[in-house]
Amino acid sequence: MAVKIEKERSVLVVFPHPDDEAFGTSGTLSKYVDMGVPVTYACLTLGEMGRNLGIPPFATRETLPEVRKKELQAAADAIGIKDLRMMGFRDKTVEFEDDEKMVQLISGLIDELDPSLIITFYPGYSVHPDHEATARAVVRAVRRLPEEKRPKLYLVAFANDTEEGLGMPDIEHEVADMLDRKIKTLKAHASQTGYMIHDLEKAIAAGEAEAIERFAKERFYRYRWHDDFEESF
Amino acid sequence: MEKVNPEQLQRLIDSFAGKELYIHLETTNGSYAAHFNEGFFNAGAFIRNAQIRFELGKVAGEAPHRVGLKLPYGWVYAQGITHYELDEHGRLLMAGLDGSGKLAVALELSETPFAY
Repeated sequence: MAVKIEKERSVLVVFPHPDDEAFGTSGTLSKYVDMGVPVTYACLTLGEMGRNLGIPPFATRETLPEVRKKELQAAADAIGIKDLRMMGFRDKTVEFEDDEKMVQLISGLIDELDPSLIITFYPGYSVHPDHEATARAVVRAVRRLPEEKRPKLYLVAFANDTEEGLGMPDIEHEVADMLDRKIKTLKAHASQTGYMIHDLEKAIAAGEAEAIERFAKERFYRYRWHDDFEESF
Repeated sequence: MEKVNPEQLQRLIDSFAGKELYIHLETTNGSYAAHFNEGFFNAGAFIRNAQIRFELGKVAGEAPHRVGLKLPYGWVYAQGITHYELDEHGRLLMAGLDGSGKLAVALELSETPFAY
């Protein structure tokens, strides 16, 4: 059910944390970059509240943002994203921001960039409160547009009840040819991925089908406008 | 950060007593705790840049240590403190890292506000 990656006018990626782009979307984003599609990545926070500080610790609560900022830039470089925007929110506080302000932030990006596709999380199925708040803001901003003007939404969902609620993903991108860049992206986020990168590389080198299958396919849901998460906002 | 040396940490805490301070206090299980372990009751708390002054501060217990601060009208404490550092801005950063190096608790004191 893999689908050909369609050429887009431009792509807007909105995630709250450095590394949210790495696991599920960096292969797809690399493809768009190679097609010459302008990609903008708006990353809302610097993952300031990340828990992994290592043994012995490589950072403190106060130095972690600077570490992750550099990692985010390196990840964007690995993918080839030229327009990386750090939006200045604080990790784990996005849901407590003014909801209308968040919608307007996204509306402003849409007005400026006129994306034909927005990639973010699926509201209700993305586990972390920052993911959910980001997803809600994006869906609300897009909902305000007349239907024919709405960009497509490719949404990442990974809650344990995703299949129960949404069924199977609508979009599956084959990104096996982007594995090098995907691994480079993951490695860029060393403070977050250090624990798994070695095992992953080993599994891929050994040709373990399951690891490659999981890693070489990126899956997205379209938004179910007929089953909107709220009546209106 | 280094592993707690209780005597040294006590001296550092003493050096902040009686001063107008900004505090960062945090406990966390991580936002994914109930995702990986369904039914897990995920609780935590976070306060940053509240202003306090304490008259007595103590490092207590065996490692991982407890740190308590007695305020003129109340208390602050953190348990599970394993590491500390006086950083280049003169801030006292204390943290409790679990066996895999993940932060579970943080208590930090500074004479100037922490970044946002």
